[in-house]
Amino acid sequence: MSEAHAHSVAFVRESALPPAPPPVTEAGVIGWMRQNLFATWANALLTIAAIYFIYLLLTATLPWILGGIWAADSLAECRDILEGRSAACFAVLAERWNQLLFGFKYPDEYYWRPGIAFILLFVAAAPVLFFDLPRKLLIFTAIYPFLAYWLIWGGTIWSPAFAALGFVAGYVIFDVYGKHNFAAGFFGGIVAALVVWWLSGYLMSAEGSTLFSGPGLIANALGAAAALVAYLLLRKNTEPIIAVGSALLLFVVWWAVIAPALMFRIALLLGIAIADGGASAITLSDIGVLEPVQSRDMGGFMLNMILGVVCVSLSLPLGIALAMGRQSSMPLIRWISVVFIEFIRGVPLITLLFVANVVLAYFLPPGTTFDLILRVIIMITMFASAYIAEVIRGGLAALPKGQYEAANSLGLDYAQAMRLIILPQALKISIPGIVNVSVGLFKDTTLVSIITMFDLVGMIRGPILASTDWNGVYWELFSFAAVLFFITCYGISQYSQWLERRLATDHR
Amino acid sequence: MTVLTDPPKESFRLSMLINDKRYRSLTFQAIALILLIMAISYLASNLMANLAAAGLNISYDFLGDPAGYDINQTLISYNSQSPHLQAAWVGIINTLLVAVLGCVTATILGVFAGVLRLSNNWLVRKLMSGYVEIFRNIPVLIWILIFYGVITVSLPGARIYLGEDPERALTLGMFAFTNRGIYVPAPLWGPGSMIVVGTFIASIVAVFAYRSYAKKLLFDTGRLLPTGWPSLLILVVPTILAFFVMGQPIGLDMPDPLANRFNLRGGIQIGAPLIALWLALSVYTGAFIAENVRAGILAVSKGQTEAAAALGLRPGRIMNLVVLPQALRVIIPPLISQYLNITKNSSLAIAVGYADITATLGGITLNQTGRAIECVLLLMLFYLIISLSISAVMNVYNNAMQLKER
Repeated sequence: MSEAHAHSVAFVRESALPPAPPPVTEAGVIGWMRQNLFATWANALLTIAAIYFIYLLLTATLPWILGGIWAADSLAECRDILEGRSAACFAVLAERWNQLLFGFKYPDEYYWRPGIAFILLFVAAAPVLFFDLPRKLLIFTAIYPFLAYWLIWGGTIWSPAFAALGFVAGYVIFDVYGKHNFAAGFFGGIVAALVVWWLSGYLMSAEGSTLFSGPGLIANALGAAAALVAYLLLRKNTEPIIAVGSALLLFVVWWAVIAPALMFRIALLLGIAIADGGASAITLSDIGVLEPVQSRDMGGFMLNMILGVVCVSLSLPLGIALAMGRQSSMPLIRWISVVFIEFIRGVPLITLLFVANVVLAYFLPPGTTFDLILRVIIMITMFASAYIAEVIRGGLAALPKGQYEAANSLGLDYAQAMRLIILPQALKISIPGIVNVSVGLFKDTTLVSIITMFDLVGMIRGPILASTDWNGVYWELFSFAAVLFFITCYGISQYSQWLERRLATDHR
Repeated sequence: MTVLTDPPKESFRLSMLINDKRYRSLTFQAIALILLIMAISYLASNLMANLAAAGLNISYDFLGDPAGYDINQTLISYNSQSPHLQAAWVGIINTLLVAVLGCVTATILGVFAGVLRLSNNWLVRKLMSGYVEIFRNIPVLIWILIFYGVITVSLPGARIYLGEDPERALTLGMFAFTNRGIYVPAPLWGPGSMIVVGTFIASIVAVFAYRSYAKKLLFDTGRLLPTGWPSLLILVVPTILAFFVMGQPIGLDMPDPLANRFNLRGGIQIGAPLIALWLALSVYTGAFIAENVRAGILAVSKGQTEAAAALGLRPGRIMNLVVLPQALRVIIPPLISQYLNITKNSSLAIAVGYADITATLGGITLNQTGRAIECVLLLMLFYLIISLSISAVMNVYNNAMQLKER
């Protein structure tokens, strides 16, 4: 305050006033309610209507849920306990719990197998979903499909193990040669995988498995050791392909010529008779065998999970290929992709399931039969891949043209540009769409109940509602199915929203 | 001095098919074509071999044979002696019926929920996001079965409406809610009723004419004519006049509790499967549409609203003239693909026994005749035609609505 005005001002406050608290109506609970619930007359009416609606909903459902009976053996017993009250009979869930989850044919003593597979699914999915986790965990993700197959379907561990071995061989070849020449690596990998599968098919067959009888095992282990030594010796001086090739050649020669002779010597030495074809010896198919379960015995929520997980994971690579095909500069490839995608997207899934159920068999070689679950997986995978292809195409189209041109100007060829520049960005953009498609697909797996497969909905509509004990327990069962699907799908969509926030690299 | 010369003309070598970019794509396409032809011929030869083994052939003659099954809900004349083709037509019309009904109600529900999700009322907002999340995350098949259960399990039998002294009277004297479906009055078209209908259609045309005249007047002279109540008058008054002048030709045929001892007679029975399917598809798709509507409204930047307010427009006009036209551009394409989804999801009718095309042609006809390939092909063809025509409409719309820049 300047001196000049000192005489004209009676009082001047020297310090600032402490801020007064906001009016009661503007702060705290009341303020919040005024702003958010009763801002205007119309708003207040809306709030009251909403409260009344919630009240109606709760009074209709809460007593029914809270008064529910959990222990009873049939609906009649349930009604006896209730004595005319209206309440839920959740006892059906308790009594048919295993059927709802595993179907009605899966042997009860083996429920632990799909159980373990289910728990391991989270371990396998974790490094894919959360990329802060150590990358080493991806190895388990790669093993998981084969492990889960073995656990759920049972049988010998060797078929999934050899299948995995084929993929490993293919990957190794691709890793070695794909860096220089994508096509060579790619096709070389396919050939390597096919060779391994063919060899393992022989090993699994009757005459092949004597190879693994006690003496045969020893003879061939010696051969493998010799091959390894040869590889190690040759590796220093020659190209890797020559080292691998000669080691393989040595092993094959050993196995075909030396091993049979050696086997007899060893057998004589050990005093084992192998004249009976090695029946007394341990053969390959005796190790790691779980009681096999037929595909048609799968059911319940497990079937929904199997279909959902398998079809989504298979349709991703297929969808990427289709999307790239649709964006391709080669007219023929583009047209094949467009026709496939538009055809699949134009028809409802149920017609494709009809195809799997009644038509697909006509297009297979006469006499072949493969089970319904596999046919359904093929059709649902095709269905999902068309939708995923459209999502990824959106991602590819959303990338600025400069990215493609920059990749070209660096001298990258098509495969390198796609793998290193385009796809990582395009897939990142497409993640929310891919998750949406996956959730939709998982929900659509309930449609298999229409072609008489006993998934969760099929179990409810078929064996459980039709049984004399539980005929008429409608709401409890469908509410259970609804809650199960809600938890799964809502969880996935929350994950996708988290991922979107996480991946937002643009600085806003 | 340097002389630029053309590079030496390369003669075509075979290795160029792999190494030269100009020819490589030809190689790939040739390989793809060969693979495609091989795959198709493999499948076709398998098909031929299988058909020959089963003693079958591909023929559509069965469409002319009598179907031999009854359909409850039909819009066109049909009885069990009608040919399979007629049953398929019944199915097609039923599919279109439930699809159109579903589209209308889903749109209403979706717009309602989508707008309310943006309300500044916290409770309403949460309620609507609850609706959207619950319905989006549960398979539509389960919803269809739940709604079917609501009708067939929870509603009473028709018996309680029957007799001189019924346990329950008809709602408003015209509606009956039973576990077989809902009975509503049926219109009776007397002589002269076409004139009333004609008048009504003419008044609809007149309303549009009046509105465009009002708009033209506004743009030419700046005079603003009221449009609300005159439109309503034009719409209602001539029709009512015609109705009474013609001597009330249109009557209502009420469901009659007394005509029969076992069931209601008269009126129109909307079967339980149709209602279940219709409601389930509406609320399920409505949840998706709500998200589209919300995204569309949020896509209009706040500056647009503020600029309109700065021009002095009232809130209602801001919504109608500024926000909605821009939001619609974003909303319509996903909306149309939701309509497509309703049409495709209506094929789940088979789960509750509604006679749509999947249930007639792909269900009973297929099982009775054993003509799996033909039936499934026709079924796919029908859905493909629907999908492709809706996409064509969407493309036309998108081109028309594209922002015209320079």
